[in-house]
Amino acid sequence: MVQHTPVAGIGQKRSSPRVEAYKAFWRRLSKNKAAVVGGVLILFFVLTGFIGPLLTTLDPYEPQISNKLKPPSAEHWFGTDNYGRDIFTRIIHGMSITMKVGFFSVALGGIVGVFFGIISGYYGGKLDTVIMRIMDVLLAFPGILLALAIVSVLGGSVQNMIIAVGVFSVPAFARIVRGSTLSVRKLEYIDAVKALGASDARIIFKHILPNVMSPIIVQLTLRIATAVLTASGLAFLGLGAKPPTPEWGAMLSEGRAYMQQAPHLVLFPGVAIVIVVLAFNIFGDGLRDALDPKMRK
Amino acid sequence: MTKFVIRRLLQTIPVLLGVSILVFSLMYLIPGDPAQIMAGEGASPQTVEQIREKLGLNEPAPVQYLKYMKNVVQGDLGNSVRSNRPVMDEIKARFWTTVQLSFYATILAVFLGLIAGIISAVRHYTWSDISIMIVALFGLSMPNFWFGLMLIQWFAIGPDWLPDFLKMRASGWGDDWRQLILPVITLGTGGAAIIARMTRASMLEVIGQDYIRTARAKGMGERVVVYRHALKNALIPVITVVGLEFGGFLGGAVLTESIFAINGMGRLTIDAIRTRDFPIVQGTVLIISFLFVFVNLLVDISYRLLNKRIDLN
Repeated sequence: MVQHTPVAGIGQKRSSPRVEAYKAFWRRLSKNKAAVVGGVLILFFVLTGFIGPLLTTLDPYEPQISNKLKPPSAEHWFGTDNYGRDIFTRIIHGMSITMKVGFFSVALGGIVGVFFGIISGYYGGKLDTVIMRIMDVLLAFPGILLALAIVSVLGGSVQNMIIAVGVFSVPAFARIVRGSTLSVRKLEYIDAVKALGASDARIIFKHILPNVMSPIIVQLTLRIATAVLTASGLAFLGLGAKPPTPEWGAMLSEGRAYMQQAPHLVLFPGVAIVIVVLAFNIFGDGLRDALDPKMRK
Repeated sequence: MTKFVIRRLLQTIPVLLGVSILVFSLMYLIPGDPAQIMAGEGASPQTVEQIREKLGLNEPAPVQYLKYMKNVVQGDLGNSVRSNRPVMDEIKARFWTTVQLSFYATILAVFLGLIAGIISAVRHYTWSDISIMIVALFGLSMPNFWFGLMLIQWFAIGPDWLPDFLKMRASGWGDDWRQLILPVITLGTGGAAIIARMTRASMLEVIGQDYIRTARAKGMGERVVVYRHALKNALIPVITVVGLEFGGFLGGAVLTESIFAINGMGRLTIDAIRTRDFPIVQGTVLIISFLFVFVNLLVDISYRLLNKRIDLN
């Protein structure tokens, strides 16, 4: 979506360039309606993840066989599952798992990937070749396969799901950050700080990292969407969080057997996944538009 | 060009070696004793020892790797711990099913994605553009296994008037090629969304360029400008995505196959993971990754052929 950025008026009070840049970024971002909706939804999901489980009155684990497979009603908004558990309650409890897996796995992949990407781009040479070949190897496992292979050896649990999806996210970060680092490294001001005697670590953290932050932030957001999808896929295959954990992928997997008589068992957890992933995707798209210099014309 | 192809071929060697090392190491990442885990909890010490012996787990790791690779090069991926059949035979029986599924899904994704992307770009910022992009966003955000379940819900166990081939039989996958329809839609939709977005972005960038303005200024019809001038260049970046999508489908087939009970490599992998049959897991992961590397190689070469401006040397 195109962003029309108002030009700062003459005579307007000017603050520091960095503050100005942030302000301009917020202006662009807040003009992108889809991104605002995505951002608000994400905040809502995070809040739900933290306090949602405290607000629900029903137990997400305790079976109530007499209540099983009830369709959606005023009492059970999303109906009940094959054990008579309230699906709405389970989805609310599942939110914290989804958020945890999304944020932690991408944080893990992001930290490792950014680290390797920056040193690869900054030092270049053999180190660069070795790191990038390793990333090529990780990228040679298509789609969910790498995460699947990792989980297959570590065993299924929320924690292992985070590790698997985290490793799966590493090469994407490394590649993007390496590319940005390469272009920043060649700029004159880097030569200038080097001439002033700054250490490599200082240059990397103080001068390169802040300048490659935009693509990292965009990637973080979009990767959370991918991470949530991947993790739910693993759980669906029975390789992630195990029942009775109210993980949405696991709920889908469990509900599948009852699809014919009680389609709400697979409908609602799926819709929950779609909405969360959608929110991160549109927020990421909006961030990219607001941060991409090409769009600032 | 020949030089480029040779160089690109040589570049795949370290990647393939890396993949094989990683796949081989999977066995070592297993917490605990792999032989014990594969034998199962109640297995006798003899069975465990047998498996250890069979897999050569007593030898030092580098020796094991070299032996493994020597066999892989000769087309021997070891034997299944469960059925004792050669892993290669198990894969051979299912290889084409998965490739076929991924191939048709790619065709569907390219077809739908290109049409949607072009319409979106040509009519940008109109309602058709906005609706297509919203649908694409949903396509991108939907877990394909859930979409597959919904399709089964709507079609396969749905109304009677639907033709039989759309319905799921208890036995699942049959010989009728039309049974591919639902799985292909399941697998291909996400890719179609990605290709649509990519095509739109790429087209919009090209349409803004000077040579398109020139073409228009010359009084050429909009159709010629769009299809003959813009599309040709806009498609180049899309090709890379198509290659990646095909690979993604090979991996994604794991989920689709498990939903539609298709006996392909993906399902073989999942069953093997469940029964802790690691030689099979290693074999399928290795074969799918090798295939993916090979497809990317082809994509890179065709990219080079199509875009002579880029000097990859």
